[in-house]
Amino acid sequence: MPAPIIVQDIHKKFGTVQALQNISFTVNEGELFGLIGPDGAGKSTLFRILTTLLLADKGQASVTGLDVVKDYKAIRRVVGYMPGRFSLYQDLTVAENLHFFATIFNTTVEANYELIEEIYVQIEPFKKRPAGKLSGGMKQKLALCCALVHKPAVLFLDEPTTGVDPVSRKEFWEMLQRLRKKGIAILVSTPYMDEAMLCDRVALIQNGELLNINPPQAIIRQFSKPLWAVRAKEMYRLIQDLRAFEDTDSCYAFGEHLHLTLKHGRERVDQLQAYLQPKQHEQFSMEPIEAGIEDCFMELMKSHR
Amino acid sequence: MRQFFVFARKEFYHIFRDKRTLLILFGMPVVQIILFGFAITNEIKNADIAVLDQSRDYYSTRLVQKLTAGGYFRIDRRLQSHRTIEDAFREGRIKMAVVIPPEFGQSFFHLKKAQVQLLADAGDPNTATTLINYASSIIGNYQQELNGQTQLPLTIDTTVTMQYNAALKSVFLFVPGVMTLILLLVSAMMTSITIAREKELGTMEILLVSPLPPPLIVLGKVVPYIVLSFINALMILALGVFLFGMPIRGSMVLLLMECVLFVLTSLSLGILISTVTDKQQTAMMASMMGLLMPTTLLSGFIFPIESMPLPLQWLSNLMPAKWFIIILKDIMLKGAGLEVIWLQTLVLCGMTLLFVAMSIRNFKTRLS
Amino acid sequence: MQPIVTNALTKKFGDFTATNAITFEVKQGEIFGFLGANGAGKTTAMRMLCGLLRPTSGEARVAGYDVYTQADKVKRNIGYMSQRFSLYEDLKVKENIRFYGGIYGLGNEAIREKTRQLLQKLEMEAEADLLVSALPLGWKQKLAFSVAILHDPSIVFLDEPTGGVDPITRRQFWDLIYEAASRGVTVFVTTHYMDEAEYCDRVSIMVDGRIQALDTPRQLKAQFGADSMDDVFLKLARGK
Repeated sequence: MPAPIIVQDIHKKFGTVQALQNISFTVNEGELFGLIGPDGAGKSTLFRILTTLLLADKGQASVTGLDVVKDYKAIRRVVGYMPGRFSLYQDLTVAENLHFFATIFNTTVEANYELIEEIYVQIEPFKKRPAGKLSGGMKQKLALCCALVHKPAVLFLDEPTTGVDPVSRKEFWEMLQRLRKKGIAILVSTPYMDEAMLCDRVALIQNGELLNINPPQAIIRQFSKPLWAVRAKEMYRLIQDLRAFEDTDSCYAFGEHLHLTLKHGRERVDQLQAYLQPKQHEQFSMEPIEAGIEDCFMELMKSHR
Repeated sequence: MRQFFVFARKEFYHIFRDKRTLLILFGMPVVQIILFGFAITNEIKNADIAVLDQSRDYYSTRLVQKLTAGGYFRIDRRLQSHRTIEDAFREGRIKMAVVIPPEFGQSFFHLKKAQVQLLADAGDPNTATTLINYASSIIGNYQQELNGQTQLPLTIDTTVTMQYNAALKSVFLFVPGVMTLILLLVSAMMTSITIAREKELGTMEILLVSPLPPPLIVLGKVVPYIVLSFINALMILALGVFLFGMPIRGSMVLLLMECVLFVLTSLSLGILISTVTDKQQTAMMASMMGLLMPTTLLSGFIFPIESMPLPLQWLSNLMPAKWFIIILKDIMLKGAGLEVIWLQTLVLCGMTLLFVAMSIRNFKTRLS
Repeated sequence: MQPIVTNALTKKFGDFTATNAITFEVKQGEIFGFLGANGAGKTTAMRMLCGLLRPTSGEARVAGYDVYTQADKVKRNIGYMSQRFSLYEDLKVKENIRFYGGIYGLGNEAIREKTRQLLQKLEMEAEADLLVSALPLGWKQKLAFSVAILHDPSIVFLDEPTGGVDPITRRQFWDLIYEAASRGVTVFVTTHYMDEAEYCDRVSIMVDGRIQALDTPRQLKAQFGADSMDDVFLKLARGK
């Protein structure tokens, strides 16, 4: 039994724009695989190639062992797909949308109800409401139900949480975790770095290239530089001062702190403190910390530029 | 099959829940037909007529007095010969000419039959019919009045001739023209927009990734519009008949069949447009500019095709509307059967097949 | 007078109360984070403050002007940038700047000078004659922000300005916000990135049309016993 998704050396160009190059990865059974990257990185293009909607210029890909070019009709029967910015039929009610998608996939809502039950009960109170009148989080849940209703072997979710509030996002990821346990392979893309930690493995993508494919913890372990969290009362002045320091490698705002790396690692911390001394920052603190996935991504982005 | 029905049902939901679509679908035809109706129908009051009284006896003079007495007709001029009748019409002031042959009174009493000829400008068929009806009934009254004096059944034989005015001939095509245009627009525009909407929403991606065969997707979207457009055609026909007094001289069955054919032509044109557009707005523009303009200008709807330069005449052959207008006119006005309009019917069939074939070739089972 | 002052500001649509008597003040030069779940009433509140929507009841003064009676003056004194619409894709960078300068009534000389400064600050001099559609998303957003404050408004409203942008560009964007705030511009911003909430001086969280919490990120975290703003948000939104 081949892996649910195998991608080998995919290239895709739109005119002069290289949308994807050298893309290769494998998604295993029951794996939640995250494609993490900003808008325009090539995530949607990759999704469309894998869901047989676009043809790659070069390279092969297979879904459940079926070739995305030759066997596109067969693939279309076994995958669930939620395109980016997918908004369902706004003028159809929740129940109508669900029944419609069940029927076009040659099944009924009842046949696979146990798979969507957990999600559907949350939106069932609104089943007579037009999809257009649901909140963002509700819409995503309905869309997920629609993508799941034919019990797909592989689920493709293109930015399902974009524009959704943190609470709904969290609930959505909890649902994905449960689906994964049912053996469905899931390829999900997101621009939110924090969601990477919820995946089994992630591929970081930028300008059409994969920067790293690993479990999120492994990516974090690869971050070799010492990192400090710095803060003071006047953060903007602190950023400017730190960036002006000659040994500063990078300095970015992270939540309530600034994350700082130095060119010479720990060697010249003393010099930094001497440098900052006369600037008299109030409530100053500087502590070494572990890198997060976002630090890693930014580091990888910089080294690829 | 079940998939197909569910699809078509969904399409009906879309249509009936969108007030705007409903309005375009059913409001626009009614409003347009009524607007054109009022623009063309004139109230009959002091209509200018020309009189050629060749008999000039007591009875003919009385007849002319009767005609003008009711305030319906006003004598614009008195003519001296048959030859001047056409000139009088061409000038455009008179709506009807009354010709009374020589020895009117004598024929009436001695031959028991006299003749009156009414000529009307059928370039404006509505007005012409009304005028003739008025005039006929006045003459009828006069006849009874004369009959009252004698015991013999004497009759005045009214012959009606519709005088075609070459310059205004296209106006006569107005009703079939409007019917054609509305059918074409509604069918082609609505289909192209509805398919473009799926692309815009992103739902097309899901439909493509589903096991539904793409032709079924298109069919599912189009069938509801076939039904609605046909209802539309019936509505427009009814309005044409009742509001404009359009006759239906030919076979009703044939007429409806031809309507179905034209609806299919328009819908397949709409599908073709939708294969090359992916935004509702573009689809709307393409239908409006690509269909509305050439159709109004080249189908013979407003400008007579015979008076166009040759290249445009050739071009007009590409307009499905041109052929349908001829079909409508022939069936409704001339009572023609399929043996007369087989060529036009064949052309429409051919066009439909061509559009469908091109759409199938253009339709993408993928996104690019 | 504070740049933004509201008192029991309320908007009802039919019998649905979108914003329910919200009262808050924003200080001069402050970065004010306006958070809330989808449908909590953020957009409605923001539209009322921008003079785009007439409140049902309550008071609000923006830049010293009453949103009921002086909406036109409010509009002239604020900048606005939303994620959805920012710039005309089919106009060149320079033409976009010209256009927005023109809308706010800047003279030709002023526009020319502002254009030069702006392009220099964004290091986009080489791209001045490119169509906006040819720019990467992150650049577009930075440009959109700079254009929104081209006419030196005292307050700028940002509606989810950093959606979908890569983490480095996102931080560069925030550098622009900080820079504007340090010049005294009041920044009113909504975001879905909870770490961005921490960059704000003060944060309000809306739940079901009401402001349920309003304080500095640090105080809010202490108040809710949470490690991050994400936690604060989850506790508040789920605690209903």
